[in-house]
Amino acid sequence: MSIPTTPAAMTKEEIIEKIKGFLVEEFETDAAKITPEANLRETLDLDSLDYVDLVVVIESNFGFKVVGEDFINIHTFQDFYDYCFNKVAQKTA
Amino acid sequence: MGRVVITGMGAWSCLGKNLEEVKDSLFHGRSGIILDPERKSWGYRSGLTGKVEPAQLKGLLDRRARIQLSEEAEYAYLATLEALKNAKMDMEFIEKNEVGILYGNDSSAKAVMEAIDIVRAKKDTMLIGSGSIFQSMNCTVTMNLSTIFKLKGINFTVSAACASGSHAIGLGYLFIKWGLQKQIVCGGAQEVNPYAFGSFDGLSAFSIREADPTKASRPFDRDRDGLVPSGGGATVILEDYDSAVKRGAPILAEVVGYGFSSNGEHISNSSMDGQIRSLQMALDDAKMTQHDIDYINAHATSTPGGDRAEAQAIDAVFGKAKPMVSSTKSMTGHECWMAGASEIVYSMLMMQHNFVAPNINFENPDEDSAKLNIVTKTVERNIDVFLSNSFGFGGTNSTLIIKKIK
Repeated sequence: MSIPTTPAAMTKEEIIEKIKGFLVEEFETDAAKITPEANLRETLDLDSLDYVDLVVVIESNFGFKVVGEDFINIHTFQDFYDYCFNKVAQKTA
Repeated sequence: MGRVVITGMGAWSCLGKNLEEVKDSLFHGRSGIILDPERKSWGYRSGLTGKVEPAQLKGLLDRRARIQLSEEAEYAYLATLEALKNAKMDMEFIEKNEVGILYGNDSSAKAVMEAIDIVRAKKDTMLIGSGSIFQSMNCTVTMNLSTIFKLKGINFTVSAACASGSHAIGLGYLFIKWGLQKQIVCGGAQEVNPYAFGSFDGLSAFSIREADPTKASRPFDRDRDGLVPSGGGATVILEDYDSAVKRGAPILAEVVGYGFSSNGEHISNSSMDGQIRSLQMALDDAKMTQHDIDYINAHATSTPGGDRAEAQAIDAVFGKAKPMVSSTKSMTGHECWMAGASEIVYSMLMMQHNFVAPNINFENPDEDSAKLNIVTKTVERNIDVFLSNSFGFGGTNSTLIIKKIK
């Protein structure tokens, strides 16, 4: 089990790189396909079971828990980055 | 009634990672037992175990398939991959036919415990992840392999303690014999980790001959002091004879007899009466007598009471013919849920390659084992018919008889 990095110490760019890193590793996706405008679900080929693992990998990397409803408004990777920025900011506020 | 044949086999055990390695270990009487220091640190009375190579499945299976496989299902997958290949049964054939799966398994302790550890630490069930449920259930092998190989026939797990693998093959034999299925993937799997065997170790059932691990498992020997836990996966492809001929499959042998019984007595003690009924039923089913059996692969696990009861049962049924007897558990340890299937694969390898593997570490008989024809050194001899015993907690007994195809 990895220890979540202290979010306060991370810039937006570092958070994006971290997200890309764990998504590539967890979902065995080609890193080049992860662009801000690409669709998260289609690019990572996520089914309902995979969303559970997405919750797990976010929690283990950032230390916050995503609730399922939050995914409704996340379509692109940029949406996902923005969501994570806000959650990290709330956590460190 | 249809004839039932074996058209493919595969194995992943402490004797090797494929049939060739396993055959070599059997022929040379090579033990797969080690002392695992981790078990001692867990508080095990005995740190002895079979050493099974971990599975490396990246490149063979995608992420979704891999995260759903328990340890024992990984072994079963590798054994089944080898068995299907040897049976010349490809995905195109499986797509067009109702191939089934009946597999023996009776625990998935590691997967369960790891999930519970996460919930205890995080207080959140979702953080267990999506793969755990498919690793944790007893039917982890059949639910995963049926999905991976796209099987469309009969599909369930047989849980019958240390006779699970044997009953799975016996039931597969009946399904095909009765004309309900044409091809069934049968086998047994057993996890090998400290979570799996703690409660068994707690019964003082394991050998504590830790100073000499390869000598610890000594079925039928006067100085045996308990079993050594082990595991892995073993698969046989059972097939209707006409189906095998039609598709030009390699026909390795014929399953001719299945006997079973329940002791109706103690939960962990063996029963000579129950075993005799199972042996006799298998002989009757095969329409054979004691004189038709060339070799018996005994269940004998190296426990004082269990081996004694089996020696008495074998002597009672085979006392005049005295066929060759060995327990391959002397090399493998007790592969538990897998044993009934792996010991069919081991005996099949002997039959194919004309030898009987030794019951290593049999140095001095006791009063009962002295009456048996126990093979202590590898014997190079033709085997036409062999019998394999498997007995489990709760008094479940299973006996299979396999005949060479001529």
